[in-house]
Amino acid sequence: MNVAAKDIAKGQNILEIDGISLSFGGVKAIRDVSFDVKKGEIRAIIGPNGAGKTSMLNVINGFYHPQEGTINYKGAKRHDMRPYVAATQGIARTFQNVALFAGMSTLDNIMSGRMLKMKVSLPWHFIRFGPAEREELEHRERVEHIIDFLEIQAIRRTPVGRLPYGLQKRVELGRALAMEPELLLLDEPMAGMNLEEKEDMSRYILDVNDQFGTTIALIEHDMGVVMDLSDRVLVLDYGEKIADGTPDEIKNNQNVIDAYLGVAH
Amino acid sequence: MAAAKAPEGAVYDTFPKLLLRNASIYGDRPAMREKDLGIWQTWTWKEVLEIVRRYALGLKKLGLKPGDKVAIIGDNRPRLYWTFAAVQSLGAIPVPSYQDAVAEEMVYVLKHADAAFAIVEDQEQVDKVLSVSDQLPKLKKVIYDDDRGLQEYDHKNLHGFEQVIELGQKEMDKDPKALERLDAGIAKGKGTDVGVFLYTSGTTGQPKGVVLSNDNILLSAINGNAFDNLDETEEVLAYLPMAWVGDHVFSYGQSYTAGFCVSCPESRDTINDDRREIGPTYFFAPPRVFEILLTQITVNMEDAGALKRKMYSYFMDVAKRSGEKILNGESVSFMERLKYQLGEFFVYGPLKNQMGMSRLKVGYTAGEAIGPEIFSFYRSLGLNLKQLYGQTEAGIYVTIQPDGEIRSDTVGPPAPDVEIKIDKNGEVLYRSPGVFLEYYKNKAATRSTKTKDGWVHSGDAGFFDDEGHLRVIDRAKDVGKLKDGTLIPPKYIENKLKFFPNIQEAVAFGDGREYCTAFINIDLTSVSNWAERNSVIYGSYQELAGHPDVYSMIEEHVREVNRQLAGEGDLAGAQIRRFLILHKELDPDDGEITRTAKVRRGFVGERYKPLVDALYNKKKYKQHISTEVTFEDGRAGKLAADVEIRDVPLEEIPEHHMQEAAE
Repeated sequence: MNVAAKDIAKGQNILEIDGISLSFGGVKAIRDVSFDVKKGEIRAIIGPNGAGKTSMLNVINGFYHPQEGTINYKGAKRHDMRPYVAATQGIARTFQNVALFAGMSTLDNIMSGRMLKMKVSLPWHFIRFGPAEREELEHRERVEHIIDFLEIQAIRRTPVGRLPYGLQKRVELGRALAMEPELLLLDEPMAGMNLEEKEDMSRYILDVNDQFGTTIALIEHDMGVVMDLSDRVLVLDYGEKIADGTPDEIKNNQNVIDAYLGVAH
Repeated sequence: MAAAKAPEGAVYDTFPKLLLRNASIYGDRPAMREKDLGIWQTWTWKEVLEIVRRYALGLKKLGLKPGDKVAIIGDNRPRLYWTFAAVQSLGAIPVPSYQDAVAEEMVYVLKHADAAFAIVEDQEQVDKVLSVSDQLPKLKKVIYDDDRGLQEYDHKNLHGFEQVIELGQKEMDKDPKALERLDAGIAKGKGTDVGVFLYTSGTTGQPKGVVLSNDNILLSAINGNAFDNLDETEEVLAYLPMAWVGDHVFSYGQSYTAGFCVSCPESRDTINDDRREIGPTYFFAPPRVFEILLTQITVNMEDAGALKRKMYSYFMDVAKRSGEKILNGESVSFMERLKYQLGEFFVYGPLKNQMGMSRLKVGYTAGEAIGPEIFSFYRSLGLNLKQLYGQTEAGIYVTIQPDGEIRSDTVGPPAPDVEIKIDKNGEVLYRSPGVFLEYYKNKAATRSTKTKDGWVHSGDAGFFDDEGHLRVIDRAKDVGKLKDGTLIPPKYIENKLKFFPNIQEAVAFGDGREYCTAFINIDLTSVSNWAERNSVIYGSYQELAGHPDVYSMIEEHVREVNRQLAGEGDLAGAQIRRFLILHKELDPDDGEITRTAKVRRGFVGERYKPLVDALYNKKKYKQHISTEVTFEDGRAGKLAADVEIRDVPLEEIPEHHMQEAAE
């Protein structure tokens, strides 16, 4: 995709969040938050601990159902749904704590991301030959492209439980990519990584956005990463939206500075 | 000059001509393989010819002229190997360059070689070349193999490999004569023409561009093939830097002359798996690779179950006793042979399979001295591992070990067609058909290295032993003298230290000083494993390196080296009196070792001057040091540590040597 085309595509909203509130009993996790995600952009959600960032991702992904507000996804109002329905609609995510199948190989873990794309029925898969084999080959090729893309050929057959943390995160990204998502949600993709791993991961996130045109919404604590990667940043504090804008605007926003550094009373 | 003769009497004295020959006589045999998307993709000689032709026509269309220099930068990829032949088809000159060099290092070679085109592997290399392009006025085009991340770049002077092939195809469709003209140009090529520039790794000062003719490489390759009976059925894995003369001769020269297939690994991290899958019959590796493999085996065996450990140690003893004898064709008792056969079934065979060496016909090691134990370990398994001594300036071969005359401490008799003599000052001089034409744009260096009648000063000090085998001890100019006049060959001492698995790198000092000292780098794999087994707790490399127990272990090694030196006549005076363990690994990114892993002793001495001074201040047992380090992404940081210094007692000279000295 060239630069001009990308800019045009950014005009459309892939996701519109309007007046969302979410509470657990008496605890208000999100209060009346509205924002949008444009097609093809990298959108960061930041905020201090407990600001409601992960809750917001869980709302988008259909895991939590907000008490108030509406969600428009790809131009249609969305009803309460189960996460797998969100997945079939093209929303994939990674988790704050790695959630892979530790005993399975990298290859199998990424293959599991293709589950929703498998059309051949289970009995065929038991026989394996015929349609099931054809389908598996097709999916395997897709998966191999992802392995090549993320440069994890060397660990193709290694059980992910034996991998270092940084690589596990990369495999998790691979599994999310295997779903060929339109909207990719990344929950702290760089948490616990060293500098080099962070740089690698940033590279992959940019490349995913560039090459596949995937829209990305990410939560991240490393401000350097957020400011470098994202096109727009949403800031939450105590479940409320306190700022929304380009990285430069956010850097100079007094509310944000107060939320992070605290204010003298 | 004569070159590969075909039955019809045609002369194949250039690579493009050999490619035409191979496409006609080995047409459907594999020429190249690469693992892509988890599957080995194969190209036959016919297919390679088709690609190279289009590639050459495409390059011509883009403006490549005869005599132009083309830089090739990247890991071992089929397309980069085809670049050699395509560029040579047009009478232009390929200049492979080290792919892991940082941009500032790379710009020197590109500028010095007057590169008109740069053909590179991927975005990383494109970025490097573009970042210095303002210093390269002669650079016209950049061509890349892998388009990942490059879509949004300005493509005015940047082209993808596929586009170049398409361009070539269009030329062919448009003008049926284009191919004829290309073939006519190839027919005009001569063996004496310049074939390639190979830059030395720059152990001393700036790299020099070694100009080699087609004959240099081809005759060396043909001699090498004949020496080990290599033919079109061999399998090799290309994984060493393409800029290095060894890879150029083994993966390009020998492949084209013998017609065998070269496989490229999937990525740099998968080399061990890929080797296991390919099962090369002909293998080349610097000693370091063999060391790492052996360390891994040893570490894995230590973690294995009791039965396996027992079997391993029993059969390795058998191999130690009789393996090398059997390989050398010496007489061995029937029972020993039987035991060795059992060992082959239970231990050696599976081990060789793990290492991807089951089908190995012959393996070579060169570049550095190899530890005698490591060398005999592999040979005792029945692997025909040999040594050779070579230089870029020689088109690699200077000496080579023939079957049956293999020793770990010599590099063998002169290679076929090579003459060797030893200078008054101990320097090795050689003359051969592989000897280079000149250093590019450096007449002074050419004159001081190559005499009028073709002898080349190798710069290495060495001597022939009683059996006519060459022994190389050190760089001639590095052999130093202590204040009392004792000769010290630092590399000789360093190598003795490095033969211990716990020591990765060593730097010896002593020239113009009172005694000999050394810096030691521990081997992280081996020492950390030791630490785990001995419940030594550490948080970082630095902490492990400074641990008192580690120091004691290394001190034992240093004493052992002193014991060896004490038994070697004149070298008894070169015993190490004090040593320290460095707080960081020597790293090519910091310029401390070269890209081919040779220590730059002078530079290290300067950089850690406070440490060297402390080694020669007998009152000091601790020294603070702070050094700038470059991270992999090019950023700089500081690393500080207090480094401990240890005294080592002198070993007594064994009695028989005392007597010799007295006589």
